Amino acid sequence: MKMKTLAQDNLHHRRRQAVSRLAYLLCALSAVIAMVPLILILAYVVFKGIGALNIDFLTRLPAPVGETGGGMGNAIIGSLMLIGIAAAFGLPLGVLAGVFLAEYRSPRLSWVVRLLSDILSGVPSIIVGVFVYTVLVLTMKRFSALAGGVALAVLMLPTVARTTEEMLRMVPDALREASLALGIPRWRTIVSIVIKTAGGGILTGIMLALARIAGETAPLLFTALSSRTWPRGLDQPVASLPVQIYTYAISPYKDWHQQAWAGSLVLVLMVLILSVGSKLYFGRKIKPAR
Amino acid sequence: MSLVAQLRGKLAVKAKPARGKLGDPVFSGLVFLAAFSIIILMALMVYKLAQVAMPSIREFGLGFISSSEWDPVKEVFGAEPFIYGTIVSSLLALIMAVPLSLGIAIFLSQFAPRWLQSPLGFVVELLAAIPSVVYGLWGIFVLAPFLGRTVEPFLSDHLGFIPIFAGPVYGVGLFAASVVLAIMILPTISAISRESMRNAPREQKEAAQALGATPWETVRIAVLPLARPGIIGAVILGLGRALGETMAVTMLIGNRPEISASIFAPAYSIASVIANEFAEVTAGLHMAALVELALILLVITLLLNLLARLLVQKTGSRALRKGGR
Repeated sequence: MKMKTLAQDNLHHRRRQAVSRLAYLLCALSAVIAMVPLILILAYVVFKGIGALNIDFLTRLPAPVGETGGGMGNAIIGSLMLIGIAAAFGLPLGVLAGVFLAEYRSPRLSWVVRLLSDILSGVPSIIVGVFVYTVLVLTMKRFSALAGGVALAVLMLPTVARTTEEMLRMVPDALREASLALGIPRWRTIVSIVIKTAGGGILTGIMLALARIAGETAPLLFTALSSRTWPRGLDQPVASLPVQIYTYAISPYKDWHQQAWAGSLVLVLMVLILSVGSKLYFGRKIKPAR
Repeated sequence: MSLVAQLRGKLAVKAKPARGKLGDPVFSGLVFLAAFSIIILMALMVYKLAQVAMPSIREFGLGFISSSEWDPVKEVFGAEPFIYGTIVSSLLALIMAVPLSLGIAIFLSQFAPRWLQSPLGFVVELLAAIPSVVYGLWGIFVLAPFLGRTVEPFLSDHLGFIPIFAGPVYGVGLFAASVVLAIMILPTISAISRESMRNAPREQKEAAQALGATPWETVRIAVLPLARPGIIGAVILGLGRALGETMAVTMLIGNRPEISASIFAPAYSIASVIANEFAEVTAGLHMAALVELALILLVITLLLNLLARLLVQKTGSRALRKGGR
């Protein structure tokens, strides 16, 4: 066997160190690269959007095709309405499903429900739109705010269920036992003690879910459709901010492009306030163990 | 009066047996109903799509996948260009996003100083919060023109002898769609693989360090092998997201049902053709064909998700919920 000289050994050592340093650099570089599109997108949305953003934009109906001016007031109200409908269906179902996963220990059924809700959260949102179309639009024979809201509810359901589950699991068993020992029925224990204790965390999850559906476009294209008037009822098509942005973005009109940027600014602000706000709130409330 | 009797007296006054007895079964019923709603929803989704797609499945059979003619007027439908565009755009996105995401995940879970970890992770996750239609808008007006002016002509001039880089550049096309897709799936892949790298046991790392491994060698020997199932799961989930992503792709891919060798050429994807044609379709074979496309996409994403969840479960990642979409 040949003995390695000290110099060879040293060289080998230095090479390994260099490789390690290079790897470190590449990894740090990828983190920097990831930040470039984020900064660019936010910067463009702010600078291009702010020019067209004014009171008219926020409060007025779209101008007729060919005319300039007008706004996205109806789309903003429409979006709020769709989110409201989605919350009305998605929140109770989601929270209750989360309660099932965390509080009712029936291993086999829980496993199935957990797996399916995870899989449901991976279903492309446009497929959910097609599904709601076949169930609601085909039977009601019209596009409607209701159909749009239901599509969004389906999308938020798994998120709400899984965060609720996770938050309920953080509540110590001692609280449940204490309450049950006092003779309080199980359902009161869950509603008044467990859910109340985990309330902040569940609220965070709900806000994140709302932030996600607020920006959804694809499932609304053929459920809520769009409209150039103020919302006229649950059974009528309704405009929404994301769909309006899409329509304006692919139109040939300069003025509409401007408005698409302004709409994006409003939408991004809405989504960021919901998601960043909830995260900051959550970070303050409970220190997660990670 | 003894303490026990006192307590008993108080409880007797407070507890209303009738409500207590009714409350529990009613509440359990509601809870089970909610849990079942998720099962029913998934089953109904597959069933309804299959039902509405049936006329097209009957008419075209397996030929639907391999035929490339899509003509609503003649009522002839084939999915090949859409399947091609969907798969190629997603794979291109993966090629760009996976190395970057893994770099980020390694940096965030192993190399970065503690104070930097969570703000940096937070910023990367912000990418996931931006709505897809905003990516599309930015893509149309900023990214696609930029790519069409700089990157694409450069590649075309220098590597044009390879067919995939050949041909005229338009800006909008398969390549632009892939770049935006890559940005969009970056947070998914990096968040989940970061989580599984973090779950690698500390003893292994310390053992590697004790043997004199450099930081990179430690990652390679003691972190990556154990995190591998989680990383593969993360990549599959990213692929699932890319395949189903609609708005940004629709706005950037060019929407032309053609199969070209060049990645700069316009193409079409399953989600895009549904987004473009579904609202205008009335009934008949055209709708059935579109729903069949949706069904194909649904089945693919269901299988991918199932596979990914099973893989990630192995490394016990809890970032799945967040990275799901």
